[in-house]
Amino acid sequence: MKQSITLNKVSKFVGLGFISTLKSLFTGKLDKEDFKDFLRKTVVPLTSIVLFIGLWHVGAKTLYNIEADYKINKAMEEQGQAAADEMAACIASGDISCQPNTLPSPAQVWDSYKTLLADHKAISADKAAFKEKTAALNAKRIAEGKAPITYTGRPSFVDQIITSLKTVFAGFLLALFIAVPIGIVIGLSKTLRSSFNWLIQIFKPVSPVVWLLLVFMIVKTMTKDSNSDSAFIISFISVGLCAMWATLVNTAMGVSTVDKDYINVAKVLKLGPIQKVFKVILPSSLPLIFTGLRITLSVAWMVLIAIELLAQNPGLGLFVWEEFQNGANDSNSKIIVAMFVIGIIGFLLDRIMLTIQNMVSFNKNAQ
Amino acid sequence: MAYLELNSIYKTYGQGDHATEVLSNINLSIEEGEFVAIVGFTGSGKTTLVNLINGLLEPTSGEVLFKGEPVRGTSHERGVIFQNYSLLPWLSVGQNVYMAVKEAFPKEKKAVLNDMVASYVDMVGLTPAINKRPKELSGGMRQRVAVARALAMKPEMIIMDEPLGALDALTRGNLQDEILNIWGKDKRTALLITNDVDEGIYMADRIIPLRPGPRATLGPEFKIDIERPRDKTELNDNPNYKKTRNAIIEYLMDIGNQRKSVAREAFVLPDLAPKSFVGSRF
Repeated sequence: MKQSITLNKVSKFVGLGFISTLKSLFTGKLDKEDFKDFLRKTVVPLTSIVLFIGLWHVGAKTLYNIEADYKINKAMEEQGQAAADEMAACIASGDISCQPNTLPSPAQVWDSYKTLLADHKAISADKAAFKEKTAALNAKRIAEGKAPITYTGRPSFVDQIITSLKTVFAGFLLALFIAVPIGIVIGLSKTLRSSFNWLIQIFKPVSPVVWLLLVFMIVKTMTKDSNSDSAFIISFISVGLCAMWATLVNTAMGVSTVDKDYINVAKVLKLGPIQKVFKVILPSSLPLIFTGLRITLSVAWMVLIAIELLAQNPGLGLFVWEEFQNGANDSNSKIIVAMFVIGIIGFLLDRIMLTIQNMVSFNKNAQ
Repeated sequence: MAYLELNSIYKTYGQGDHATEVLSNINLSIEEGEFVAIVGFTGSGKTTLVNLINGLLEPTSGEVLFKGEPVRGTSHERGVIFQNYSLLPWLSVGQNVYMAVKEAFPKEKKAVLNDMVASYVDMVGLTPAINKRPKELSGGMRQRVAVARALAMKPEMIIMDEPLGALDALTRGNLQDEILNIWGKDKRTALLITNDVDEGIYMADRIIPLRPGPRATLGPEFKIDIERPRDKTELNDNPNYKKTRNAIIEYLMDIGNQRKSVAREAFVLPDLAPKSFVGSRF
């Protein structure tokens, strides 16, 4: 019993309350109230997922038929009945050369997902083999003071996800280290606040693409003579600059709106200015700062795709762009796979931030 | 010379046309070891008066003298118990008190400070809750923490701004006794601001009503000649208690009535007559 209470608390805490309901379903401990809860939290969402997939399937089928009819009609008009029959037969046979190019069905997307996984396995195996093969040679090269030979094959889908996560994490850290200190300083001084306000208001709504171009102008020159990974540097700096505004504004607001009672306490206890900041102002604005950081992380993940796409950083953004340019018959379904992966990772990142936010905010949680 | 002296204090908020005079010509002197209560209606400027004395605010004119020196800012010599507890919610009970003793005695060793925290938390009966956060405590317990925090700094004077205002009657009574106990033990000077006449009579040596603001000023003082320790149940039969209580309440009711009639007078409309425009071109 005690265990289930803790699970309940933990799952609620991270915002996944339905897990505990699922557990009580499997352990058979369910009364009427719980059952209603179970219906609302588990059955209803699952039904809506099934409905969504069903609608998607029907929609994809309709679009497929429109596209197929158009192809057949076009063949008829341009080349006559024989060509039209041939085209219809070709489409019916499922031959790759004449497949209508449209929204892929859920089944196709699932197949592509499996293809991508298989591809990842193949590339990993290839990598491992390469490493084994070059181990002796690389040891020798390092001993001679030369750079080791590295694997230069194309990255797998999973590698691209990891690159994206690295980029977004670097960008998030950059935003954190820029926005939080500046936010605190701005929040503390009314003069600084009004002198920075115009800058924040102007730069906050600037599109990620423009930030990318600005960063590109600077980084291109800075990294001219080094062999560092400029695509990665450009991407993460742009992501950081786009995403940091929420944290900056929230931090400044949190610091500048500390409860007057707490300030009075600091005055009565005669805390020094530094003590006052670290012992009263910062702890009381932590919840707002973390709200800002949570927004920053979700914005970072959202703009990342567009920025990677333009900066040619080998992450999910570039994957989507390349598949779009590629135009193979399963490209569309791979793009949809990427869409779901992006969505699910974004959701998980948000949950992680929510958990941290709940941990630091003294209002909601008293433990 | 008095221990704490307020000489013709005026306090105005705002400037120019928007200025409101909250306190007007406040004169008060408190002797060392005395327990003085100021009783007033809500919104009569009690908190402003308290903040002037503890140094959070500065008077517009006049001066506050503490032991003969003008008050400039807050001081550890004057402990404050705020109306709304003002505990820091992210710190536990012990940490809240520790923060205060650390500031008051910066040179003491950590172990000594921890002992002090433990003894003051014990004094208000919260040792079992020492690691809890204010949020987990009831209102009465929170106010006790605030009392412990203020007293742990060993102030020479305790200033209480409606400390028990938000508590239920039973908790209130208990805490009144606790505060009196502590005050009696080392005879510190105490100033209590309250809106409860009974509380004032039970606890204080002198009661001074604050005539309601704007332009609040202190009324005539009432001495409480009841021997300590006072007993709540016996107090009701004490002729002295009845007399004082009736006198204070009568005075306050009078002020209330005057205030109402003043308000009525203020809304008498000016004598206007409609102008006739017949035959005129404005």
